[in-house]
Order: sequence, then structure tokens, then C-alpha cells
Amino acid sequence: MSVGLPHLMFLSAVLLALGLYTMVTRRNAVAILMGVELVLNAGLLNLVAFSRFGRGIDGQVFGVFGVVLAAAEAVVALAIVLQVFRAMRSVDASRADRMKE
Amino acid sequence: MTGTVPTLAFWGLALLTIAGAAGVALSGHMVRSAFSLFAALFGMAGIYALLQADLMAVVQLLVYVGGISVLVLFAVMLTSGIGRVGTDNPSHRPIGGLLVLLAVLIPALGLAFRMPLGIESPADPTVAPIGDALLGRFVLPFEVVSVLLLAALVGAVNLARGWRRDPEERPSEEGR
Repeated sequence: MSVGLPHLMFLSAVLLALGLYTMVTRRNAVAILMGVELVLNAGLLNLVAFSRFGRGIDGQVFGVFGVVLAAAEAVVALAIVLQVFRAMRSVDASRADRMKE
Repeated sequence: MTGTVPTLAFWGLALLTIAGAAGVALSGHMVRSAFSLFAALFGMAGIYALLQADLMAVVQLLVYVGGISVLVLFAVMLTSGIGRVGTDNPSHRPIGGLLVLLAVLIPALGLAFRMPLGIESPADPTVAPIGDALLGRFVLPFEVVSVLLLAALVGAVNLARGWRRDPEERPSEEGR
């Protein structure tokens, strides 16, 4: 028994699909962000897997950058969500459709 | 990865990750979704460790499990609807979501299973080579990312602090 690229790609594909499902079906903005995190993780898993089964370390360096970008994205997005919640008393993404009241 | 124990560990961690992701996607309760995300990210850290990507595993634990998921949990708790179990995480258009899921999953799985098994590179520690790469060939992206982090930090603090809509309006007690 061995684990190779196909198994990691399988896991990554399932994560990507579930993340997209979350992004498409949720109305809570925080839940949509969770879907984004799942999709990002699927991408990072690909980078690490190809770095492990290929040559060189570049994939993992890029993966570290990806984690940093994900952290920055999460911080700013959650600050925006909190601000939207303050303004509209709701985090329903389909109700936040006004730029200014 | 060859051998029985790493293979079993891989499938156990993969199951944990997929179960967590499914919990995020399907749970009707926001707090449950948040903790499922926690489980999924933790499983990913285990898989990185299994892949001998030690730096990525630690970064995943510190930044994702310790940082982002706690932040998400805070956002869940600070926004409304925690009391309304079952309706605080509404989902709509499940058919469309399912179509998107299948439209992505089927080609991705088709690609995944046509991959060659791959040859593992030798299991050297990755921290030193990644550090060398970050301060060598990748020094410009490294600096750009540090500036981006600073900008995101300042921007997030500024956003979360809020601003008064009207300069004459007196700040109210409960926020803003």
C-alpha cells in the first residue's frame, strides 16, 4: 500500500468541491468565508504535494506565502463582516446590497 | 509514502479533513460549522506532517488552526443568530450548489486519478532550505508580503474600529 499524488489530488479535489459548495449555498457571510478557507487549503495542499513528489522546495515556499495571504484576507474580510453587521444588524450576504444607506 | 502505518494515517487524516469540510458545507448551525473548519484545518496540518513538509505543518497549525479559525469563531460569536439553532446558517439553492459541486468534482477527480504515483523526494528537513529560499531567490516577494501584512493589519484595525458617519454625531455608548 502506498500513497502518492493521486490520493493527495483526490483529497484536494474533495476539499475544493466542498468549499465551492459552501460558497455557493451559504447566505451567512462568515460561512462563505469558511468556504473560501477550504478552497485555499485545497490549493495549498496541491502546492505541498507537488513540491513533495516533484523536485525542489519552491512549492512549499509558495505555500508559506499562500498561508500569509490567507491570513491577511481573513483578517480584512472578517473586519468588513463585523462592520456590515454593525451597519445592518445582519450578516446575510444577499441582504448587504447597498453601498451606502 | 509506502508502508501500512503511513497509509492508514493518511486515510485517517483524510477522513478527518473531509468530514470537517463536509461539516462546514452542510451543518445548519454556525458554531458547528466553525468547529468543523477547525477539524478540517487540523487534519490538513497532519497531512503536511505526513508529507514531511514540517515547516508547512507548523505554519498551518500556528496560522490556520491557532489564528484564522479562532478569528472565524470570534466573528461567529460577535454576529447574530447564535441562539437560533438550525436557522442561523441558512443555505439556499442546494440544487445549484450540488451542480457546482459535481461540475468541479468530476473533472478534478478525473485529473487526480490520471496522475502518476510520483516519486518522493528524500525526506530532508525543509526548514533550512525554505529559509534560504525566502532570503535568497524569494527575497522580493518576502518583503512585499511583509508590507502587505502591515497594510492588512492597519486596514483591519481601521475597519473594525469603525468610523462616525457624521462628524458632528456624538459617539454612542454601544459601539461605533
